[in-house]
Amino acid sequence: MNGTVTPNGLHFVILHSGVPDIDPDKHRLVIHGLVKQPLEFSLDTLARYPMVSRMGFVECGGNSAPMFSPQPMQASVQALHGLASNAEWTGVLLSTLLEETGIDPKAKWVVAEGADSLGVSRSVPLGKALDDAMIALYQNGERLMPGNGYPMRLLLPGWEGNMNIKYLRRLKLTDQPAMTYYESKIYSQLLPGGKSYQFYFLQEVKSFITHPSFGMAMKGNGYYEISGVAYSGNGRIARVMVSADGGKSWAQAALQEPVLPKAFTRFRAPWRWDGSPAVLQSRAWDEAGNAQPLRAEFVAKRGELPKPAPILAFPNQHYNSLTSWAVAANGEVSHVYA
Amino acid sequence: MSMHKLTGVAALLLVSGVASADGPNLGKRLSAQEIAAWDISILPDGGNLPPGSGNAEQGARAYAQKCVACHGESGKGGIAAALVGSAPITTISGAQKTIANFWPYPTTVFDFIRRAMPWQQPKSLTDDEVYALTAYIFALNKLIAEDATMNAETLPKVRMPNRDGFIVRFPEKM
Repeated sequence: MNGTVTPNGLHFVILHSGVPDIDPDKHRLVIHGLVKQPLEFSLDTLARYPMVSRMGFVECGGNSAPMFSPQPMQASVQALHGLASNAEWTGVLLSTLLEETGIDPKAKWVVAEGADSLGVSRSVPLGKALDDAMIALYQNGERLMPGNGYPMRLLLPGWEGNMNIKYLRRLKLTDQPAMTYYESKIYSQLLPGGKSYQFYFLQEVKSFITHPSFGMAMKGNGYYEISGVAYSGNGRIARVMVSADGGKSWAQAALQEPVLPKAFTRFRAPWRWDGSPAVLQSRAWDEAGNAQPLRAEFVAKRGELPKPAPILAFPNQHYNSLTSWAVAANGEVSHVYA
Repeated sequence: MSMHKLTGVAALLLVSGVASADGPNLGKRLSAQEIAAWDISILPDGGNLPPGSGNAEQGARAYAQKCVACHGESGKGGIAAALVGSAPITTISGAQKTIANFWPYPTTVFDFIRRAMPWQQPKSLTDDEVYALTAYIFALNKLIAEDATMNAETLPKVRMPNRDGFIVRFPEKM
């Protein structure tokens, strides 16, 4: 992968019960609960509403979960960090529809539900719903891919993937979160000491180098371009620093314009490999001033597993620390903790 | 319509002051009765729990017919998640989470069974069956007495052991 756009056929898909077979003519979106006038929308009626387009990443809360293993898993950047994608989404702002339903002053949450067999449901704070939430109908100019929520999904720019409810059929305004299965069990994160985070919401500032990375081999000494992606659920990427000596010294990477909020930003830095062992790292900062945590800081706060877990085990979530690639003298690239 | 004409219309609406208040208004108005058919969200305070009731004995019968194939005899040992177990959590691995050692609210159990189970035929259980299955699971986990009845009154009052085990990560976003 290069650039910043994920082609639709390559957009990651995590589904908890497969792709539902939905007749778009029969699909409805209902908005009800603490509203003044409950309303039902079909795909045809939504198509007549004012639309917006924005670039945005979607990242699974469990992306990068193999990084909780106590030893570095020898796996590609795709296997370690591949549950994040970036696309241009087009649809109707949720705030536009809520203007028509009206909002009861007691409302604080919007409980969203999909039309998949499990009726996957998550509670979204009303503030986010009114800020930049979208009923997305198009993905990179095409209708949504079946695995990405066709015919409509909730898009919550920069927030945990599972909250971006696919096959969206219902939004209920409430005065409390519903404490659904997915928010109270699956997407709550165990911490050292036995307590757990809940309502993590944000995908925090993160970056990783895609080139060179595990599985690639250097082809002789000389010039290489170090390149990767950075993103933050808090807004724009402000800065990315790159190291070739495991964090002892850093150089500022160039950011590919346009640098958009809550979207992938490609960074690049020139590097002349002298043929000796090197450890490549990237570290990002977002415009809100958040820094991607160093691994030691992250592990001190969030812990490590007692033993490695399989790539698809998802033992924990919301890893946003650094990734380190070691380049050996023979040109092989491996995954290390540094 | 030409761009020129579009701009003209927008300017006209702006001048008359109704542009912001006057959206497409194409949504179909729904009656309370129509909404009831859609609304399966159960809130942690018991809000929207339906009429009906069930106990563990009734739940055991429904479990034997509709759940045991995946969840195993007495709620463990099946191919699907164990429903029974309260081993203490000792690492950061989510694989240790069970209803009894992790789930903070009893209403989540009712809500999830009703919307998502059984796997091959979700939303097919009666509300009495869902109450009974919830009672069965809670009784197996010794969270309620074996003869306790679950209904809209009693269910939200079940105390889950890990109720206070959570830290809201970003309270300022709520």
